[in-house]
Amino acid sequence: MNLILIALLVLGLTGLLAALLLYLMAWKFKVEEDPRIDLVQEVLPGANCGGCGFAGCRALAEACVKADSLDGLLCPVGGSEVMAKVGAILGMEASAAEPMIAVMRCNGVCEARPRTSEYDGVRSCRIQNSLYVGETACPFGCLGCGDCVEACQFDAIHINPKTGLPEVDEEKCVACGKCVKACPRNIIELRKKGPKGRRMLVQCVNKDKGAIARKACLNACIGCGKCQKECKFDAIVVENNVAYIDFNKCRLCRKCEAVCPTGAIHSVNFPPKPAPKAEPTDNAVTTADQAQSSQTTKKEEAQA
Amino acid sequence: MKTFSIGGVHPHDNKVYSAHQPIQECPLPKKAIIPLVQHIGAPAQPVVEKGQKVKVGELLAKAGGFVSANIHSPYSGTITKIDSTIDAWGMRMPAIFMDVEGDEWLDTIDRSTDVIRECQLEPKEIIDRISAAGIVGLGGACFPTHVKLMPPPGKKAEVLIVNGVECEPYLTCDHQLMLEHGEEIMIGIQLLMRALGIDKAIIGIEKNKPDAIARMNELAARTLGVEVLPLRLKYPQGGEKQLIDACIHRQVPSGALPIEVGAVVDNVATIYAVYEAVQKHKPLISRVMTVTGKSVEKPGNYSVRFGTPLTEVVALAGGVPEDTGKIIGGGPMMGRAMNNIDMPTNKRVSGLLFLPENESRRVEPENCIRCGKCVSACPMGLEPYLLAKQAEKQMWDEMEKHDVMDCIDCGCCLFTCPSHRPLLDYIRMGKATVGGIIRARAQKK
Repeated sequence: MNLILIALLVLGLTGLLAALLLYLMAWKFKVEEDPRIDLVQEVLPGANCGGCGFAGCRALAEACVKADSLDGLLCPVGGSEVMAKVGAILGMEASAAEPMIAVMRCNGVCEARPRTSEYDGVRSCRIQNSLYVGETACPFGCLGCGDCVEACQFDAIHINPKTGLPEVDEEKCVACGKCVKACPRNIIELRKKGPKGRRMLVQCVNKDKGAIARKACLNACIGCGKCQKECKFDAIVVENNVAYIDFNKCRLCRKCEAVCPTGAIHSVNFPPKPAPKAEPTDNAVTTADQAQSSQTTKKEEAQA
Repeated sequence: MKTFSIGGVHPHDNKVYSAHQPIQECPLPKKAIIPLVQHIGAPAQPVVEKGQKVKVGELLAKAGGFVSANIHSPYSGTITKIDSTIDAWGMRMPAIFMDVEGDEWLDTIDRSTDVIRECQLEPKEIIDRISAAGIVGLGGACFPTHVKLMPPPGKKAEVLIVNGVECEPYLTCDHQLMLEHGEEIMIGIQLLMRALGIDKAIIGIEKNKPDAIARMNELAARTLGVEVLPLRLKYPQGGEKQLIDACIHRQVPSGALPIEVGAVVDNVATIYAVYEAVQKHKPLISRVMTVTGKSVEKPGNYSVRFGTPLTEVVALAGGVPEDTGKIIGGGPMMGRAMNNIDMPTNKRVSGLLFLPENESRRVEPENCIRCGKCVSACPMGLEPYLLAKQAEKQMWDEMEKHDVMDCIDCGCCLFTCPSHRPLLDYIRMGKATVGGIIRARAQKK
C-alpha cells in the first residue's frame, strides 16, 4: 500500500513540477502574434497552391496583415469575394480584381496536325520537349502528355481524348498558374476571364514563318497581319510570325476572328451569331452544339 | 589487361556488320545544307553572302566565341541562302544553303595521298592551324580541339591519351580509320605531342580490335614515346574520364577537366583531322561515319562531306530496311532516335543505326525493386535510381547536391535496370534543368 502511495506521490510531484516549468517557459518565451493572422487564414481557402505568389495561405495571411493596403495581394482561388472578407477583417478596402483564367493557346487537333513520328519514352512533356520536336512537326505546339493535368490541384484541366489537347474547365479553374509553370513550351497563359466570360485569343504560338507553320499544322497562325490591320484598338501585335491579342486593350468586337484566314483566332462564350438565312434561324447554337445539332438533324433525316 | 575501376556494362558489340568494310567516298550531292552549329558552344558566324561563289576549303563561318569552331565549305558552288533548317530531331538550326557545282579545291590544299612526315612548326603554329581548320572532337562531344591544347595557366599536360576504344556497339568507323590511316594518325599524335610539349602518348584500344592493336603496335615501335595499350572490353571505356582511369589510373575530380590530372584525350578521328590540317592544309570538311544495322543491305564505313543529306548516305548503303523501327544517330547506347533523315551530315554524326521494329520497342517500366544494379553500373559513381526519382519530383537542388552534373549520359543505368525504368530519360532532363539553373546563377553574380 505504502509503495503505491509513494509512487503516486513521486509521479504527481514530477508532473506538477513539469507543468509549472512548461507554464513558466510558455510565459517567458511567448511570441506576440497578431491575432488577425489567424482570422485571415480562416477566411482563405487553405489550398496552399501558391498561386498568390506566397509559400502558402498562412504566408499570404501574414503578408495581408502586414501590408498597408491590399493592392497587389490577391488569392486567385478565392477571388474578390474572399479578398473582400479579408478586407473587412483588416478594415481595408479590397481592390476588385478581375478574375483570370488559364487558357490553352494551341489548337493543333489531330486532323489539323498530322503525326510524323511516334514517341515511346516517358509520358512527360518536359522530357519529350528536351528530346525532340514531338510527335508532330510543330516545335511550339502542345505535346499532349499532360504535365499540366498533373500539376493542377483543382482538377480543372483534362486532356480531351478526341483532340489530344488539354481543356480547361472554366468552372473549376482558379487561375493559380501551376499549369503555366508546368508547360515546357509556354503554351498555357493566364488571361482575363472577360465580361460574362467572353474573350478573344489567338490559339497558336508557332513562331515559324507562315509556310512552315502551315505545313506543320492547318490551324496555325501564319503571321499574315490581317487581324492587326483590322483591329481598331491596337490590341493585336504580330511578332515573330505569330499574332497576340492584348486582353487589356481588346474590346471584343470579333472583327479579327472574321478575317483570320486559318481560323487561329477564337472567340469564347459569345452568344451564337445569327445563322445564315438558308437555315432556320431559331436553330442558332454555339459551335460545340452545332456539331451535335447537325448529328441530330442527320438522325431525323434518317428516321424520316 | 587494364580497364576503368568503377561501374560499366557489357553490351553485345554487334560490330560484325560493318567491321573491315573499306572506307567508301560518298558522292557529292546537288544541293547541300551546311549547319552553323556543329560543335559545343556558340554558333559560328557566317562570313559569306548570298550569291557568292566558294571553293572547297574556303571559310564559310568563323568561330562565334572561344569555345566554338570555324566551318569551311566542303563543296565548290554558289551560296543560295542563309536560313534555318530542320535538324534530326525536328528543331530549327541556322544553316548555309549551297548549290554544288563541280569539285574545285583551294590551291593551298594538298590533295595527294603522300604521307608527309616532316614538321618544323612551332607549337603555337600547330595550334593555330588546328584552330583555323575548325577541328572539333569527333568522338561525339564536338569540343573544339584547340581549346584542349591550350591548358589554363598553372596546369601542365603530361600525357596525350589517344582514344581508339570505340566502345559504342555497332560503330566501326574509328577501327577502320586506324587500319587504313594508321600512319597518318601516328604523325598526328607526334604533332599533338609537339604542340603540347610532352613526350608521352598512350593509345587505348579495346581488345575486340586485335588487327588495329597489331597495326598501331607496329607503327608505335618506330615512334618514340608512343605506347599502345590494349584494354579489356567494357562500356563506356571511350568516355574521357573512364579512359584516363583505364590508361594512367588517375581520377578526374568532379566538375574538372582532364587537364587537372595532366591528361589530354583525343579521338583517333580527331587526330587524323589534325594531321590533314597541319600537314596538308585541309580543313575539317568530312568525316568517316558508320551506317549499320542487322537488316541494312550494305553496312559499311563511309567518308562523307558535311552538308550531304543523310538520305544520300543511306541510299549508298542500300536504303532504309523495311523492318526499321527506329533510326538512331550515333550508337545504340548514347545515340538518339531521329525523326528526320533529310538532315545534313555534320561533325557530330558518327553513325547511323537502323534498329529493327522488334528491337526498338521500349519495355513497359515496372516498379523499382531497389536492387542497386544501376548504382554498381554507373561509371561515375552516382545513384541513378535516386536522381531519376528526384527529377520526377522536380527536386533540382537535391539533384545538384547528388552531383547530377557529373552524369555522362552513357546509359549504363538504363541498360542494366531489370525493371526497365526510364532512368536516363529523367536524369538527362534533370541534368539539363540543373545546368540551366547553374548557368542562370553564374550570370547573376
